Amino acid sequence: MYQYSSVDQRLVEERVVQFRDQTKRYLKGQLSEEAFRPLRLMNGLYFQTHAPMLRIAIPYGLLSSEQLRKLAYVARTYDRSYGHLTTRQNIQFNWLKIEQVPDLLADLATVQMHAIQTSGNCIRNITADHMAGAIEGELEDPRPYCEIMRQWSTLHPEFSFLPRKFKIAMSGAQNDRAATQVHDIGIQIVRDPSTEEVGFRILVGGGLGRTPVIGKVIRDFLPKKHLLSYLEAILRIYNLAGRRDNKYKARLKILVNSLGIERFTQLVENEWRQLKDSSLTLDDFSITQFRDHFQPFEYAPATSGKDAIAAKRNNSPAFSAWYEHNTQSHKVAGYRIVTLSVKAPQQAPGDLTDVQMDGVADLADQYSFGQIRVSHEQNLILADIAEADIPALWRELVALDLATPNIGSLTDIICCPGLDFCSLANAGAIPIAKQINARFDDLDYLYDLGEIKIKISGCMNACGHHHVGHIGILGVDKKGEEWYQITLGGSAEENASLGKIIGPSVPKDDVAETIAKILDTFIANRQDQESFLDAVHRLGIPPFKEAVYG
Amino acid sequence: MADLILKGELLVTDDWRFLDADEPIPNLEQSLVFPFTRWLDEHEQCINHPGHKGVALENTDCVTRLLSDLDELQLICIDFPSAVDGRGYSQARILRERYGYKNELRAVGEVLVDQLFLLKRCGFNAFALQADQMVCQAPKYLNPFSSYYQ
Ligand code: SF4
Repeated sequence: MYQYSSVDQRLVEERVVQFRDQTKRYLKGQLSEEAFRPLRLMNGLYFQTHAPMLRIAIPYGLLSSEQLRKLAYVARTYDRSYGHLTTRQNIQFNWLKIEQVPDLLADLATVQMHAIQTSGNCIRNITADHMAGAIEGELEDPRPYCEIMRQWSTLHPEFSFLPRKFKIAMSGAQNDRAATQVHDIGIQIVRDPSTEEVGFRILVGGGLGRTPVIGKVIRDFLPKKHLLSYLEAILRIYNLAGRRDNKYKARLKILVNSLGIERFTQLVENEWRQLKDSSLTLDDFSITQFRDHFQPFEYAPATSGKDAIAAKRNNSPAFSAWYEHNTQSHKVAGYRIVTLSVKAPQQAPGDLTDVQMDGVADLADQYSFGQIRVSHEQNLILADIAEADIPALWRELVALDLATPNIGSLTDIICCPGLDFCSLANAGAIPIAKQINARFDDLDYLYDLGEIKIKISGCMNACGHHHVGHIGILGVDKKGEEWYQITLGGSAEENASLGKIIGPSVPKDDVAETIAKILDTFIANRQDQESFLDAVHRLGIPPFKEAVYG
Repeated sequence: MADLILKGELLVTDDWRFLDADEPIPNLEQSLVFPFTRWLDEHEQCINHPGHKGVALENTDCVTRLLSDLDELQLICIDFPSAVDGRGYSQARILRERYGYKNELRAVGEVLVDQLFLLKRCGFNAFALQADQMVCQAPKYLNPFSSYYQ
């Protein structure tokens, strides 16, 4: 993974000093609440319902074991011994004391971590495929380019006060696990069909929130060396022309829609012509240097673990279920990618205790080259596990309560903090996840259903990505009561689509029951082993609506 | 009251006079800042003003319209109606980097010490800080970092 140079290190340290001074001035009353607000947000600090919340960046979701141990330390020292994984591959701590935040940041800086640009109207943490570098069929590993973009966007002087937040995601694989079509800028690594050169397809103006939009292609093929100049052109047009009079109309998607993609493309291309061969151009040497940080590990020759796995599967149905659902094939024979379910039935989706963090850090050191990934689906991944180690790893994960065999199933729920923590929420999200877990506790039934992604947001801001859930659940406030609107058929992957509302919202206590009716309808109408998403797309909303509302 | 302007790292008193929208243009050898619309509408008169000339831009004005006059201007002011409205940063970079404007580029409006390091890196070399800012401390906010990625 990327290792900081002394220059990178000094920058995060100086950022701590800068923020310490800003916090001190705020606490002394020299900075008003209003003046401090953009400064603290730029460093990921929110004032939430109960206490200040700090969001810490995990660039493209990649952590070293040392970093994860430091997060465990932070959870113990400054919080109530747990943290929350977010849908942008970051981690949040919910119970902090403002006076301690500068010290916390200083601790993080010792392991090359920070909270820079995890909020505010600037370029946010850049996300990537959480299986990058390990998955089969990837054209190229996106992470070197994510690191290039991370550096370029960090403290960017021109783009620190954009009309609104700005999110970039990148994917290099056939299956789009990075949701590139629902980002302000989505970047897909592609091969130019005529020259065979590898470069980027650029999408703009996707996003969720109040007005969900699927991104549009602005450039089919961009040579690698122009990545930053092209991004700079898009950002500059957005910075100058994006709306600032209404925060709900300020995202890039609104500008792209109002100008039309042709006109927006023309503006960007004109701007880009002027920036194209500037100092932003990436030369082969620097690209190689970044790629060197992400070289494949020295995988041991495939001492097959297949026999051990087969034997274990024979005598342990629990292991067998876990193996089937929570592991998948690796690009190197003899290895597997293992997803750690942070979705145990009793737990808030994505919540991780300090003990779990320390435990996973140790397992990463022992079995997975000391690295861990965070997925936007709020799970952890150990991406490089030798097959022979799989049974032992499973036992350890069971002990850490990170082996619930539910990845990709109905209970692998994506969920925002909702009313329990977030001051913007209309309704709870975590209690709904718990209600669904309680109602659907028969694993065999879940396996029969196949892949179903439930995504829950506590308000229109859509941090839980409900629009792109196969089943989306949005909390709404009806005269002070929590109600839930349900959508079906959304997806954030290569077949991206937005879910459709099935009808009027349902009361809190009825959510799981409503889902049960939807699932019964699916089972009754399913053709062969059709997936839930395919069935919804084939059948449309009416049969589901009929089943729910009669 | 003489306003203090942070120029480079120094605090200096401002010797420019800012002209209103309808005030007659004085025929004196004086340093005058014209509102952008007047500069365009009364171009002949403005450009022939015998003293130093400056233009005050709103952050919605198109800087390209000043392109042919840049050699005549000793000062360009860009307004920040709010510290979190970042359009002025792009205007500044275009003026400096694309059009090669060399003279004073001044940030005015809601200019706060915590923005100085960003403004400076976009090419501003003068700052009319908002009245409530600790101007004497301002120079130390210019360089909080020893280096940057951009
Ligand atoms: S979706 Fe709404 S309730 Fe949930 S975290 Fe985002 S802002 Fe808060």
